[in-house]
Amino acid sequence: MKKRNNNIFRKIADKAYEYGFVSNIKTDIIESGLNEDTIRLISQKKNEPEWLLEFRLQAYKYWLTQKMPQWAHLDIPPIDYQAISYYADPLKKNKKQSNEIDPELMKTFEKLGIPLEERLALSGTAVDAVMDSVSVKTTFKEELKEKGIIFCSMSEAIQEYPDLVRKYLGTVVNYRDNFFAALNSAVFSDGSFVYIPKGVRCPMELSTYFRINAANTGQFERTLIVADDNSYVSYLEGCTAPMRDENQLHAAIVEIIVCDNAEVKYSTVQNWYPGDSEGRGGVYNFVTKRGDCRGINSKLSWTQVETGSAITWKYPGCILRGDNSQGEFYSVALTNNYQQADTGTKMIHLGKNTRSTIISKGISAGKSQNSYRGLVRVSKNADNARNYSQCDSLLLGSKCGAHTFPYMDIHNDSAVIEHEATTSKISEDQLFYCNQRGIGTEEAIGLIVNGYAKEVLNKLPMEFAIEAQKLLSVSLEGSVG
Amino acid sequence: MNNEQQYIDIFEQHRELIEKPCATLLNEERRKAYSRFKEQGFPALNDEEYRHSDVSKQFAADYGMNLGRVENLTAPYESFTCDVPNLKAHQEFIINDSYLKGIDHKTALPQGVMVGSLNEIAKSNPQLIEPYYNSLAQDGDSIAQFNTTFVQDGIVIYVPKGVIVEDTIQFVTIQSTNIDIMSNRRILVILEERASLNMLVCDHTLSNHKTLSTQITEVFVGDGASMNLYDLEETSESNTRIAQLFVRQQGNSRFNHSNITLTNGFTYNRTQLSMQGEGAESDISGLVINDKHQHTDNRTLVEHKVPRCNSNELYKYILDEESVGVFAGKMLIQPDAQHTNSQQTNRNLCLTKCARMYAQPQLEIYADDVKCSHGSTVGQLDENALFYMQQRGIPIDEARHLLMFAFAGEVIDKIAIEGIRNRLHMLVEKRFRGELSRCNGCSLCHEREQKKTN
Amino acid sequence: MENLIEIKNLHATIDGKEILKGINLTVKPGEVHAIMGPNGSGKSTLSNVLVGHPAYTVTEGEVIYKGKNLLELSAEDRSHEGVFLSFQYPVEIAGVSMTNFMRAAINAKREYLGQEPMSAGDFLKLMREKRALVNLDSKLANRSVNEGFSGGEKKRNEIFQMAMLEPTLSILDETDSGLDIDALRIVAEGVNKLKGPETSTLVITHYQRLLDYIKPDIVHVLYNGRIVKTAGPELALELEERGYDWIKNETL
Repeated sequence: MKKRNNNIFRKIADKAYEYGFVSNIKTDIIESGLNEDTIRLISQKKNEPEWLLEFRLQAYKYWLTQKMPQWAHLDIPPIDYQAISYYADPLKKNKKQSNEIDPELMKTFEKLGIPLEERLALSGTAVDAVMDSVSVKTTFKEELKEKGIIFCSMSEAIQEYPDLVRKYLGTVVNYRDNFFAALNSAVFSDGSFVYIPKGVRCPMELSTYFRINAANTGQFERTLIVADDNSYVSYLEGCTAPMRDENQLHAAIVEIIVCDNAEVKYSTVQNWYPGDSEGRGGVYNFVTKRGDCRGINSKLSWTQVETGSAITWKYPGCILRGDNSQGEFYSVALTNNYQQADTGTKMIHLGKNTRSTIISKGISAGKSQNSYRGLVRVSKNADNARNYSQCDSLLLGSKCGAHTFPYMDIHNDSAVIEHEATTSKISEDQLFYCNQRGIGTEEAIGLIVNGYAKEVLNKLPMEFAIEAQKLLSVSLEGSVG
Repeated sequence: MNNEQQYIDIFEQHRELIEKPCATLLNEERRKAYSRFKEQGFPALNDEEYRHSDVSKQFAADYGMNLGRVENLTAPYESFTCDVPNLKAHQEFIINDSYLKGIDHKTALPQGVMVGSLNEIAKSNPQLIEPYYNSLAQDGDSIAQFNTTFVQDGIVIYVPKGVIVEDTIQFVTIQSTNIDIMSNRRILVILEERASLNMLVCDHTLSNHKTLSTQITEVFVGDGASMNLYDLEETSESNTRIAQLFVRQQGNSRFNHSNITLTNGFTYNRTQLSMQGEGAESDISGLVINDKHQHTDNRTLVEHKVPRCNSNELYKYILDEESVGVFAGKMLIQPDAQHTNSQQTNRNLCLTKCARMYAQPQLEIYADDVKCSHGSTVGQLDENALFYMQQRGIPIDEARHLLMFAFAGEVIDKIAIEGIRNRLHMLVEKRFRGELSRCNGCSLCHEREQKKTN
Repeated sequence: MENLIEIKNLHATIDGKEILKGINLTVKPGEVHAIMGPNGSGKSTLSNVLVGHPAYTVTEGEVIYKGKNLLELSAEDRSHEGVFLSFQYPVEIAGVSMTNFMRAAINAKREYLGQEPMSAGDFLKLMREKRALVNLDSKLANRSVNEGFSGGEKKRNEIFQMAMLEPTLSILDETDSGLDIDALRIVAEGVNKLKGPETSTLVITHYQRLLDYIKPDIVHVLYNGRIVKTAGPELALELEERGYDWIKNETL
């Protein structure tokens, strides 16, 4: 291990995470610990209807019976669920001024490159900003409303559109799905809610920006997207957290419902604090994301760029229920230092003529472990299912690991399933060629890695793609040598 | 549920009976293995390695075990010789779990080569066997512990330094019984430096009773040594085969293995290959042809521990009717194994809607300067190729056969010994034509066939 | 028997889309017909339908071949009856050697005709003879069907198979595509050598150059699923000079 007084190394590592500042915002944090009263308190603070409290309590009871999953290629330290605070609200200061946002909070988001004033906004992007447990502001709400599009925080949706929420919540990811899904269902705080009505093409990108600020809190957001018949939406998600020496827990659920002929694109740039170069601190990211392509000809496309988090455990999936439905998963997962990632997808083919594509690019550096884990299941009645999977791993350095664990369960003879995986390194020749042309080694690695990840980055909306490219280079800093 | 208990009881009650005829070495390992087995029990379905094969259930039946070493009164080998035409073979037999003594070998093996009963050789040459016996399998799963707990005999092949064995050692195991029976067998192969050996293992059943066999094979391939090992299963629907193969390869050694499952009931094969010396090369392959309710699960682990080794793997499945195929292949590249070259390919044909294939190729890589890849596909016969053949006048069924034969051929063509290769081509073709319930090489089948035609 | 094949008002679809919209065409024994036309006019569809490709559905019309209803026969029986298609894109069949493939084809035909299977010796002799016809390397014959063959080798292999099977009606689907001039000559000479007074040929091509070597008796222009013009060999030259646009305009 490097000594702490190794200044240059420290500097690079610190620089690598530029979102690591802490904002000085008054935050209402409930006492740490988890029991039925905590859940009642969260529900009460959010003024929730009885059925939702019931839903939470049921999930909690189930969670108590479950153990943390151990099958992933991850070394997860024990987590003390009683040491975490399950609710932190940065808005709470003076109840009378509750419509105004703390200027410090606005500044925080500006610093993150997410202006919350609409006039400053990135062109054509509406933002829902979530800090800790609460949605801070949603932009362009009114404009979207004119088209019948609902884009608001989950808390607001529960108040304003309880029937819609009740109809869809938990129908894609049941609280019994897994340990973290149960936990989230019990304590989820905020997140985004999106409803695109029949026949509407959402005119702008919708995005949610998640920020953990408060210490010793967990973030448990919940996002629900419903694309009704013949609709289209592209949704983006970004996340950061301050640098802290303690680990923070993030356990989210994303549910997507795609109806007949509808299409949803979901893009994530995940940059939670990964911990320092010696593996201290960082976010534990345990996420359940799933889309249900219920409708015929429906399409769901997941794109993710995962560079942050100390531990990532995440398998965005598609249930291809509707005939002719299509699922896509494009992923770049980069791990450096002591980061660990076990990520991939699940493609469940149920309808006829369903198609899925999986492109996964893993990049391991430092002492990190990076695994792809993916399931392709073709059920008995899913005639003519097609899947193509390609999983590539790039290793930078000899102390990291890259692993591939695909599972193919095929129960139908008309399926055509192809899986390919390769592992490679950046060759000395490539680096030398760049050096000879005057490109430094670190920059050359950035270039080569970006080239390697291009197939996935191209799937992101433009601004996001540029951001992601920068992120890949920055995250690799300090990985050479 | 608790299928292990009856075996724990049997062992506790008959410990003396089991140990009495056996060499000290076998009994020493037996005691260690028993305590591990007792602790672990049979693998459960939530065990990742057994998630598609309920092995524990296979042990539930009340099998007879020949603990008292009753000699076989009938000698099925006399009629069932499993001759491979054009193959110069040195044949050895195990009937159920007993090594068959007194075979009249037509040819002599080179000086110093030892082939014989594991139990006998462990008694007469314990210093030879001791460093090897159970040294790889002791770290195996509870099935390996089970086998070591109950095994009483098997076969040893020892090839000293620099000796090349020209004749193929053909090792025939036959389950022949008129009650439900379990056999626990052991194969130990030791190749010293630069030794060379070809081995064919044929697994047969001549019984309609329920039979179960566990077979542990440990192979040690010394520096610069080379071995071809061919496993052929031609058992019956009422048979359960659980076979585990452990291989340790030293520097610059070669090890080739083909595991062919032609007819079977429930099969679970595990192949575990550890490359421990630089410059070692391995080529392992498998072919599974399943129909009816046959179930074949092949698990492979190829571990690269040191730099500059090459491994290649090819497994192919043809699944018809309601059969189930499982393939889980892992390549594990340890941190020191730089310059590894490792490829794995898995191709599967599903011919009916009810056939099920579970494929799970895995890469676990801890070294950066390596070339590793795997590919896996599940699909059907190429329709364009079928039509092309039809246009040339080849009937559709014939066209299908030709394509299936070509599909299987890729595995069979890896077999280096012409006699075995030709025979397998023939057997596979017969299998596709539904004519493979009998074995051409043995007079017993001939008789059966003749009776039928009369 | 007056006509070898008579196509009447043939309509065919693929994936529900109508490609052939009423083809009428009659070929007499010994004749060479060229079918020309712009891309997408239905040329390859016509050849595929005649040999019974399962992707196409005949929705209307009939095809009488040697007095039989051709459309009722399976693809392999059409082959046995002497209909041969030289594919535009011959498929590669990994693991099936040319020898095994050809033997299976020859013997299936013999069985259909009520003949004994050919002996191995006779078969190999036949292979050698026919190979010489198109200068097909003996090495190619030992390889898998079309696997790793160059574009020219694949086309020569098609003509070699045609020589082996001795068809009555040969359909050459864009056999000239992807061939350099030498390869084109070899292929065309092979076709001409195989030509007899009772055998007929349908040459499907976009360009005229193959017709310099294989002289057609009659030239048809296929456009938008119908035969819109039929004339003597001079039509091919005219098409070469003027392109297809004037035909399109005439039919509008």
